[in-house]
Amino acid sequence: MTDTVIDVRGLTKRFGDRTVVDNFDLKVPRGAIYGFLGPNGSGKTTTIRMVCGLLKPESGEGEVLGFDVLKESLKIKERVGYMTQKFSLYEDLSIRENLEFISRLYGLDRRAERVDAALADLGLVERQTQLAGKLSGGWKQRLALAACMIHEPELLLLDEPTAGVDPKARRDFWDAIRRYSAQGVTTLVSTHYMDEAVQCDSIAYIAYGKKLIDSPTAAIPKQIGLYGWRIAGRPLMKAQELLEASPGVELVARFGAEIHACGKNPGALEAAARAVKAAQPHVEIAPIEAGFEEIFIYLMSGAMDNFQ
Amino acid sequence: MTSPLAALFDLSWARVFAVFLKELVQMRRDRPTFAIMIMMPVMQLVLFGYAINTDPRHMPAVVEMREDGPLTRAFLASLAQSTYVDIVAVTQRAEDGEAMIRSGQATFLISIPEGFERRLVRGERPQILVAADASDPVAAGGAIAAIQQVAAQAFAPEFQGSLSFLAPSPAPYEIVMHRRYNPAGVTSFNIVPALLGVILTMTMVMITSIALTRETERGTMENLLATPVRPLEVMIGKTTPYVFVGAIQVAIVLTVAVLLFRIPFTGSFLTFLVAVTLFILANLMLGYLISTVARTQMQAMQMTFFIFLPSILLSGFMFPFRAMPAWAQAIGEALPITHFLRIVREIILKGAGFVDVVSDLWPLTIILLALATLALFRFRRTLD
Repeated sequence: MTDTVIDVRGLTKRFGDRTVVDNFDLKVPRGAIYGFLGPNGSGKTTTIRMVCGLLKPESGEGEVLGFDVLKESLKIKERVGYMTQKFSLYEDLSIRENLEFISRLYGLDRRAERVDAALADLGLVERQTQLAGKLSGGWKQRLALAACMIHEPELLLLDEPTAGVDPKARRDFWDAIRRYSAQGVTTLVSTHYMDEAVQCDSIAYIAYGKKLIDSPTAAIPKQIGLYGWRIAGRPLMKAQELLEASPGVELVARFGAEIHACGKNPGALEAAARAVKAAQPHVEIAPIEAGFEEIFIYLMSGAMDNFQ
Repeated sequence: MTSPLAALFDLSWARVFAVFLKELVQMRRDRPTFAIMIMMPVMQLVLFGYAINTDPRHMPAVVEMREDGPLTRAFLASLAQSTYVDIVAVTQRAEDGEAMIRSGQATFLISIPEGFERRLVRGERPQILVAADASDPVAAGGAIAAIQQVAAQAFAPEFQGSLSFLAPSPAPYEIVMHRRYNPAGVTSFNIVPALLGVILTMTMVMITSIALTRETERGTMENLLATPVRPLEVMIGKTTPYVFVGAIQVAIVLTVAVLLFRIPFTGSFLTFLVAVTLFILANLMLGYLISTVARTQMQAMQMTFFIFLPSILLSGFMFPFRAMPAWAQAIGEALPITHFLRIVREIILKGAGFVDVVSDLWPLTIILLALATLALFRFRRTLD
């Protein structure tokens, strides 16, 4: 068994004359939690769909779980759990019926036992006869995760699984993913939440269909080389205007009662921060380490000219 | 254990059963639709079985009477008695009659000219004008034929004694007419068995036409395609529950047909079962094919009606099939209902057996296989 679960090269997908995914490479090692980040419409969903055989790429090749991504999609489907962005189980079937339907489709043995276990895991034993459509958003996500785990897949493809879910449910969700990861399940998960991104072992960042970053999560801040200064105190409106007009400040982001000003040139950035302090003596300034939030806002704001 | 069929198509009966079960549960949950599928046959049958009449009687007629004598009165009396026409007005003025026929209050204008009786007695062959509103040929046709006969019969008893010279001599030959299979010419004998075909076409095609579009619209298709389920498994699993719905409809229609309309079921019931099963399957495949083409449920409905209208108009249900031009017959031959109508009329009314309807059973089988193959190829395995 290979140790690379996803190995795709040059995947390209066009819808009409629009190239949605352009020459995309990805290597995901076994057991990894791979984060998939990028602005809306950057091609994350399309890429995930190509990996699990739901869309045919115009060009490119690769293997998923050792099977040809173009020719052996049925074998891939049997071993992959795919959780769609939109809830795609049957709202007019009960929770139990949905799980049974899925386990029948995968031809599972000990079906009742597995469904019982999944229901117990979810904490939905009492509500198993309730229609899936009646569940709240968070419960729907959990049911969907349970449904795509029921056949014990080796690879989980999760497309924005926690969008619109409350923080507690999101934590529970990630606990579950880490548990699966410890059991050797590989996960490719797309998300917009930075607190989730930092939990990933590696991150692939995609924008306009092109992969811009693909690194271990811990290495990304260094790789980007973004410096930050914190400006705190009230009022901040004037300070923000000053920063936005300063050369060397590439990103001005408001975080509650403070502003994080970021840029790649530490000297110019410091000069800008000190100029603000001089003009607005009531603010406090201090250098900070640029976090993921700043890094990805910076990336998404399109300031990426000197990247690859 | 795998059957040869399963091996040939890489088919898992477990997955077929999964889809079948899911579809069954969804159907059970969707009570209004289920109720419609069961109630519709009864309502349509009662409604159309009683309403449609291809031998129209009691058509309203206005009589423009310029002369009132014993002979004309005898003529009008037997006209009314024939039940083909109901005399709704008698007038002396030509304009009144014209106005009524133009406004549609009367379908016939019968005008008896002045001096009719005098000229009749003189042997001058006076004319009675019958003007029919032939904008609807079917409505006018039956009565036009009847009026000739009514006139002959009405005047015959009057041409006696001194008038006997007016009596027409009988034709030198005699034509003997037999109305076979439906001696009384009861329209419902023709319509009711055919309505079975129309009802099945309507419900079966409509229900399956949304089979896949509904999954696409609700987003469940993405999940379904991400599982290892095969197109053939989805097709079999999704359509099988409706075979049972079709069977229930057939049972309802036959019961009503026999109990309410006294339709004689004279032919082979087993052959009927074979034919009706093929027909149900063909309609399911037709609907399923639509659902592989349509992107939304709205489109699926529109396509269903696109199929449904020719199924009524070009199949021989409403108008005689043989009277259509060749190209229209060709379209009709491609529709499952055309063959089913022939089979069902032959079996139910003409007492036909398997051998008699084989010529329509095999086209039905070919249509079924062609539709199923086409639908399978149309099934998108991906979201492209």
